[in-house]
Parts: sequence; C-alpha cells; structure tokens
Amino acid sequence: MQEARTARALPLDDLKRIVGERNVLWRAEDVMLYEYDGLSAHATPAAVVFPSTTAEVSKVVALAVRTGLPVVARGAGTGLSGGAVLTEDGLVLGFSRMNKILEIDLENQRARVQPGVVNLDLSLAVSDAGYYYAPDPSSQKACTLGGNVAENAGGPHTLASGVTTNHVLGLEAVLADGSVVHTGSACWDHPGYDLTGLLTGSEGTLAIVTEITVRLCRKPEAVKTLLAIYDAVPDATRTVASITARGITPAALEMMDGFTLRAVEEATHAGYPMDSAAVLLIELEGLSEVVDEEAGHIECACLENHAREVRRARSAEERDLLWRGRKNAFGALGRVTPNYYVQDGVIPRTRLPEIMEFMEDVGRRYRLRLGNIFHAGDGNLHPLLLYDKRDPDQCRRVTQASAEIIARCVELGGSITGEHGVGIEKNELMPLLFSEDDLALMRRVKAIFNPEGRLNPGKLLPTGKMCGELRVQASAGG
Amino acid sequence: MRQESPSRPSGYGPGEAPRWEDYSKCIQCGLCLNSCPTYRVLGHEMDSPRGRIYQMIQVERGRLALGDSFVRHMDLCLDCRSCETACPSGVHYGRLIEAARGQIERSYHRGPGATFLRRLFFRELLPYPSRLRAVGKLMSLYQRSGLEQFVLASRLLKVLPANVEKAARLAPRVENPFFRVGTVTPAIGTRRYRVAFLSGCIANLAFARLNEATVRVLARNGCEVVVPKDQGCCGALCVHAGLRDLARAMAVRNIRAFAREPFDAIVTNSAGCGSVLKEYPGLFEHGSQEHLAAAELFSARVKDVTEFLAGAELNTGLAPQRVRATYQDPCHLLHAQRIRKAPRQLIGAVPGIELIEMKEPDICCGSAGVYNVLHPEMAAPLLAAKMRRVDETGAELIVTANTGCLLQMRAGVAASSNPRRRVLHVVELLDEAYRQA
Repeated sequence: MQEARTARALPLDDLKRIVGERNVLWRAEDVMLYEYDGLSAHATPAAVVFPSTTAEVSKVVALAVRTGLPVVARGAGTGLSGGAVLTEDGLVLGFSRMNKILEIDLENQRARVQPGVVNLDLSLAVSDAGYYYAPDPSSQKACTLGGNVAENAGGPHTLASGVTTNHVLGLEAVLADGSVVHTGSACWDHPGYDLTGLLTGSEGTLAIVTEITVRLCRKPEAVKTLLAIYDAVPDATRTVASITARGITPAALEMMDGFTLRAVEEATHAGYPMDSAAVLLIELEGLSEVVDEEAGHIECACLENHAREVRRARSAEERDLLWRGRKNAFGALGRVTPNYYVQDGVIPRTRLPEIMEFMEDVGRRYRLRLGNIFHAGDGNLHPLLLYDKRDPDQCRRVTQASAEIIARCVELGGSITGEHGVGIEKNELMPLLFSEDDLALMRRVKAIFNPEGRLNPGKLLPTGKMCGELRVQASAGG
Repeated sequence: MRQESPSRPSGYGPGEAPRWEDYSKCIQCGLCLNSCPTYRVLGHEMDSPRGRIYQMIQVERGRLALGDSFVRHMDLCLDCRSCETACPSGVHYGRLIEAARGQIERSYHRGPGATFLRRLFFRELLPYPSRLRAVGKLMSLYQRSGLEQFVLASRLLKVLPANVEKAARLAPRVENPFFRVGTVTPAIGTRRYRVAFLSGCIANLAFARLNEATVRVLARNGCEVVVPKDQGCCGALCVHAGLRDLARAMAVRNIRAFAREPFDAIVTNSAGCGSVLKEYPGLFEHGSQEHLAAAELFSARVKDVTEFLAGAELNTGLAPQRVRATYQDPCHLLHAQRIRKAPRQLIGAVPGIELIEMKEPDICCGSAGVYNVLHPEMAAPLLAAKMRRVDETGAELIVTANTGCLLQMRAGVAASSNPRRRVLHVVELLDEAYRQA
C-alpha cells in the first residue's frame, strides 16, 4: 500500500530506541492518516514519531538529517497552507504527547508551555484567575500553540491585540543538527537579534520549537459586541474605514456577506438575520465608560453608512453565540457545498469596496459561487470559492479565480496571505511580493539554520519547479 | 488541483455503508480533534473523528482493508458524538460510525470467543425481557449472598476470557424489586398529559428505583404515566455495535408497543435510549415506506424526561436542598439530542442548590453504554480526567441525566478521596425535593 518508497532507508529501530516502540507509527494503515492537514492530502510519511521531551526531539531531528530524511512538525494538523504535511517521503514529528502547560506565572503574566498545548486549553487554564491568551485563530479549540508559532497565527482579535509574534516572549528550539537553543527571555525586552521573531512564522523551515513562553493578557473589564446589519455590501465595507477614521480601534471588526451568514445561521442559530446582504460583527474591549462611549460612536458610523439596524449582544451567552457562528463559518459552508477553497489575501482596509466589487466580478466570470467572510478591520480577506472536486472543470476555474484575486490583492498594496501561511500553497507566489534580492536574503537565513534543507522542505520559499503558480488542493472527503 | 485517482473496488460489502452524502461534508479542518475523548487520550489521528472518517473513505476506495486496524479504530470510538457538536460542517458522524460498524459486523470475523459473547449478550439476552429478568434474579442472589465478593476476591475469574472478568467487576448492582412494566400511574392533581414511559431493558433491573422516581416526578407534574407491557430494549447498544437488523427488529417492536394510542409524549430517562429512539427513522431509510412513516411518527413523540419537564409548567413544590452541585452533560443528551439547557433549568428550579459548572462538562466520562467494560484502558483515564474537573468545583453532589453516566460517575466517586459525594439523576434530585416538601 505504501507507494513509491524512495531509496532512503528508514532508521526504524533507531527511532523506536529514541522514543519507545509505541511512539512510532510506520504501518501503511497508520501513516496514511498523516498525509493530510486542513489544506489537503499530500505525501504519505515513512513514519510518524511522537516525542515526549526536547531531548527526544533533538535525537530524532539529528538522526533524520543524518539519514537525509525530511522532517515536519505537526500539532493538530488544522493548518490551511499545508504546513504540517510532507511534500516527499520523510518523518512527521507529532507533538500530541508534548501537550503540558509547564508553568503559569500570573504575577508576571506569562506561561511556559509545550508546543502541543491546544490554544483554547491555555486560556481555559487561566480563565478563573481573569487571564487569557489573546491570539484566537478560528480553529483555537483544536489548533496547537506550536502550530500557531510556526504559522504566526492571527485571528479575529488581531486588530487590537496583534498576531502570535506579539505574544511570544521566548522559545526553546531544536536546530537541524540536533542542538537545542533558547531565544528571547521571559522579560519583555532582551538584547541581541530578535531570533524569537525570526523563528515565529518560519513555518518549521528553520528549527523545531519545543517550548514556548507566552504572554498572558488580563481579561478586559468590559466587552461589548455589536452586530450591524446591511442591505448592501458596499455600505458595510465603507463603514469599516469610517470607524477607524473616528480614531476607534475595535478589538475585532469582522464582516460576513449574506450568502455566508445564511449558511452560518443554519448551522448555529446564532441570530444572524437571514435576509441581509452583509453584517459587521464589531467587538469593543476596555473600561466600561470608554466602551460605552465608543459603542455610541460606532453605532453612528454604521447608521451614517446606511446600516439597517445595529444590535447589541445583551448577554455573554448571546455574544458567545455570535462568535461561535463566526468562528465556525468556514465549516458551515461545508453544509452547502461538497468542497470549498478558502483564500487568505490582505489589502489595506480602505480598498475594501474595490476588492469586493472585483471578487463579485471574478465570481461572475468564472461562474463560481463565492462566500465572503473576513477580518475587515485589518483587511484580511477570506473569500471561499465553492465547488465540487469531482468536476475537473470546476477545479480549474477555482484555481484561476483564486490566482486572480491574490494578484489583485498585491496590486492594491496588500499581501498574498494574512494568517494562513505560505506553506506549499503559495510559495510559488512569493515573487509577487518580494524581489529576487529579498528572497535571496531569506534563502541565506534558511541556509544558516537548515543547510541540508531537511526541515520542512518545499515550503515557504519558491522551489523554482513551478512558475508563479498557486497550488490549490482540494480537501479530501469526496 | 488534485483530482480523484482511479478508484479500486470498494472494501464495503452489501448493506448500509458510510455514504458519500455524509462523509463528503467532512472538510478535514480538524476542529473536532480536541473534542474527541480518544484523541485526547491517545493523540493519534487514527483515533480522531476526522481520521476515522478518512479511514472509512479509504476503505470505500479500496486503499485500506476492512481488517484488524480499521476495526480496532472504529471499535475504540465511544460514539459520544462530541465531534458533531464541534463540527462546523454538520457532519453526521454518528450515522457514519454506525454504518461502518454495520459493515464490520457483516464482514469481519472477530474470533470464536468474542463472537460467542456478542451473540449471547446481543441476540440471546437483550431482546428478551423475561431472560433479562431471570439473569437479574441470579445476579441479585449472587450479589446479595456474598458470593460476588468471594468471586471478585478469588482467582476464579482468571480462568475466564478477559472481557468476562472485566464485565464481572463492572456489573451494575441489581435493585430488588425490579421495575414493573404494564402499569398505569394516575396523575397527582389535575391530569394534563397522558405519557408513555420507556423504562429500558437492563434499567428495569439495575435502575428500578430511578425508574420509579421518574414515574413519581412525572405524576406530580400532571402526567398519567403508562408503561406499556410489551416494550423492550430500545436497540441503542445494537446500533452502536453495528447489529442493525437486530436494532430494526427492536425498533419495530417498540413502535408497535407505543403506537396503541397517541400519547402526548414517549418519555425516557436514559439519554442513550432517547437518542436512538429519536433516530429510529434512520434505521428504515432503505426499507419499506410504511416502517419509515411509523418510525417518524414514533420518534417525533420521544422526549427526554428533562426535556419534557422543562417544557411543561413545573410543579414548584420542591423542598430546598442546601448543597453545592455540578452537572455532567450526558453525551447522548447534549451531542446527540442537543439538550443543554433543560437539565440545568430543572436543577436551578430546586431552591437552595448552588450549581457550579465544571470545566469541559461536555467531554465524555468514559461510560458510553458497555464501552467501559470493553475498553477499560480508555474509560479509566477519561473518568480520572472527569473527576479532576468535578474536584475543581468543590461540589458535594454530581447531577447527570443518563444511566450509564450514573454508574460511571459513581465508580469515580467511590474510588476518589471523597467517596461520600452523591451522584444523582436530575429526576432523582427532583423526586427527593418533592418528597421532602
């Protein structure tokens, strides 16, 4: 069942000696479960290894590099750019056993965790004391902090609290030769190069993180969640710039179009209006008085831009329900289509009305159904292109339409990815954004950390094998 | 874009199998992983909902054999359906796993010992209330005479298959006298409803007092309670084990037993029974229209006892209970029937109770029907994790709403550092409060 095993010998006995027999998977029926992540299915690993300690990670990495086997680290495999799958025969390092919270230091607002800790589990562990971990990707109930660091994950609350890198204080990581290094410190500032920043978002191509020190945030005194309902999409997109023009930075500012929110409402019954063209979900955090005042300003901005209605969540339960709807939105579209492809482009938020018009046009030209849901406040778009992968023509149209949208984002002064990462999905698109010199510098950095190229090969940087292509791959399931 | 590779013949045989309409909804996002009890313990993709669905697809495509490995991972699933609550795509995982197990039952040979025990339990015992009662009487004698203590302490069990030993250790206490079926209990005060009570199969022996309490609480709330005589096992254990033909036969019997008159509701106090009763139509999707229509009519009337009481105007003559309590969501109530508020509302109606929510009340306690007997290595860590969550609340009373959870939580309390804590079904709590008023 194992297809096309390469000439490289798998040092199975050595792996078993390092992590113990029961922590190595190598049978075809087991390893085939590690050929996919949230993006799609790729190469089947030769073995999957589950280390329990940094020392074991170090030995496995050194052994793999010595034998010439590629290594990719995997948390929960929820990523959307193929960061946790192999592009060729190799080893998967599964972090599901390294899932301990090692230390919680509330006085200094920080925690030390292993990479396999689930994002939301950390917040759950400190919530009674009034703290939380701020970056909140939509997959936070399943995704791991190690994966968050690798992808520099964002989330709806990125607008006010920043992305993962703004919340990582220090890292312990294993380098390609098996040596263990420590970057940053538990303090908020430290001398020397910002290697923590360099490793965060490097998608496993520089080192394998084995321990993370993160910042914990205090829960705000007051949270207000508003839902602004529109009869026309441009009214909603124009509102975004007029809110920020008033000098208000909401904690989150999300937009969903009518098509998407109808699917969401069917799935969650969160109370989204079924007949509207678009909604903005706006959240404010801070001191009660300030939040109240800002909510008033925002209401004005929405109504000035022809919002049909602005609702305020009346209870924590109502608020949770609205967010549950938003965070499950991608999947909710799974109810109405066999497959979908989610894009992740960025534009300056002032260009929102333009890009929305453009996407509508793309949908028309390629005869594709598009759902739109995005972090409007920071201009991070997530158009979802609906299709049935059993139809080759639809597959082709999805690929072309996506490529056009991404190219347009870059033209408008944006980027090819906001938070899902580059991985194997968009590495060939990097030249859209970076000059040859920029990329050459990145290659030199990679060569220092990963000279043999065994750490997560084929990701992040253009391979040169394909020319400027978006590699859309359909998720399995049909 | 990757397209479908030319497929090999499907690994599934005739009969119900996981269907494209169901599994194609899975987009492999992985949001279900951390909600899955077996993934939380083992950390293996093969033992996650997404992974199990992937394996079902690979069998369909002829890439994975319907053999030992597949069966092991499908068997290990608790069918708790927590993944359905977590799933944003609306995958009906329960339907998939139950169909996969139906295929396993048809074409996989489990070996003589397991086949014999499964046959004995599912086919020769469960469908026959009279045999269950006979076994119950023997069990009662065995447990009361002190013989049980002697057997458990001795090495006698070691000569029997491992599963028999486990079953012997986890066997529920038989409660004498057994619950009587074929009765009609009048409403106390004005009669507002005439309801039928599905009292269960093993529950009539092992939860006789709970069943009586259920009838009393319903009666106090204006219900005339009919317990049809010719009802039988609901079939939930059979559906979970993949014995779909047997489950269908049980369903037909119950539909007939409860179709005598249009009751206002068919009430159950077991979440596991309730969920399968509500899903009877799924058993007849490929059968006759007549059966399907009857099943739909039946299922539309089924209500969990908490759901029914929360929807009725509750008799508030409840004596105060000064106790700190926490509530454990039964998986088949929360995930399969989507009932979260009703039991909490009823607990909250008892004056004086301080209800403290535990963290992760929606994760399985490890009971899952007969799962704790078949897979103690998985049930034990789940129970331990659950007890830690209970401990955090400082509760002296654990309330839940399903028989299996009651047994499992009681076992957890007995083995804990504070064995005096009580574990009650919501209706037992209400019954006590009514009786003290």
